[in-house]
Amino acid sequence: MSGPVLTARSDQELDRGSALPDLRKPPITKLQLVKYAGASGDYNLIHTDDETARSVGLDGVIAHGMLSMAFLGEYLCWLAGPESVRRLSVRFSEMVRPGDTLTCRGRVTERTTRDAVVQLQLEVWAENQRAERVTIGEAEVHIT
Amino acid sequence: MDQPPALSRDLIGRESDAVLFEVERGAIRKFAEAVQDQTPECARGDVAPPTFPTTFRMTIPGLTFDLARVLHGAQEYRYERPLRAGDCVRCRVRVADIYRRQGRLGEMTFLILAMEGKDESGTAVFTGTSTVILR
Repeated sequence: MSGPVLTARSDQELDRGSALPDLRKPPITKLQLVKYAGASGDYNLIHTDDETARSVGLDGVIAHGMLSMAFLGEYLCWLAGPESVRRLSVRFSEMVRPGDTLTCRGRVTERTTRDAVVQLQLEVWAENQRAERVTIGEAEVHIT
Repeated sequence: MDQPPALSRDLIGRESDAVLFEVERGAIRKFAEAVQDQTPECARGDVAPPTFPTTFRMTIPGLTFDLARVLHGAQEYRYERPLRAGDCVRCRVRVADIYRRQGRLGEMTFLILAMEGKDESGTAVFTGTSTVILR
């Protein structure tokens, strides 16, 4: 590991509109949803029990929205480092199911520099293997 | 299925007790492992991933709903700094708003929850806003 991705970039490559590199996550599995339920404390059975999911009209279990937000959190850490993350705001627009593969993507929407700190506003999203944006958000990172 | 009573707007402003949570290294590692978060500081358990505050679960007196009818619509976190192993954060969650709106699935209730976490000296560490949709 050579540190956060964006610290190696020139200012020019962080201009408004600049595309950010992708972070592709492994396919989501039912085991992952069980682990996430335990680690997060979200025991809503629609994420881990097919019978419960079907009883509320779903085809089967769906992933926690917060898991896809966690992927975007990792994306920000990968881009800028965990000390740099100031804001992450998302809406959950599509359901995610076991077997789906999410890729985190983003672009710079604004760059300002204050006291030698580069403040970036980002548009970030997680999209599935059909290129549907399932979780869409905005973020702010400060790079020193 | 019986329809539970709709959430009353009287609940707006109601809040949880302040609860002290210790950020445990093992809990960070378990969370990072579940997410398959490769961030070295998080995988080691030194620094909590950005969405770790979701593990701080609190209840608001009088606020109950059927989990099977809940959708998580949106979530925001703002951070003064990351949480680190060994931090103790005093958290509280409050009903910021309740409103009804026509949506794709008929009339839905929107519940806005505002969360805050402060360190032991009372300095804000993070805030969170959850949009919960009850259908």
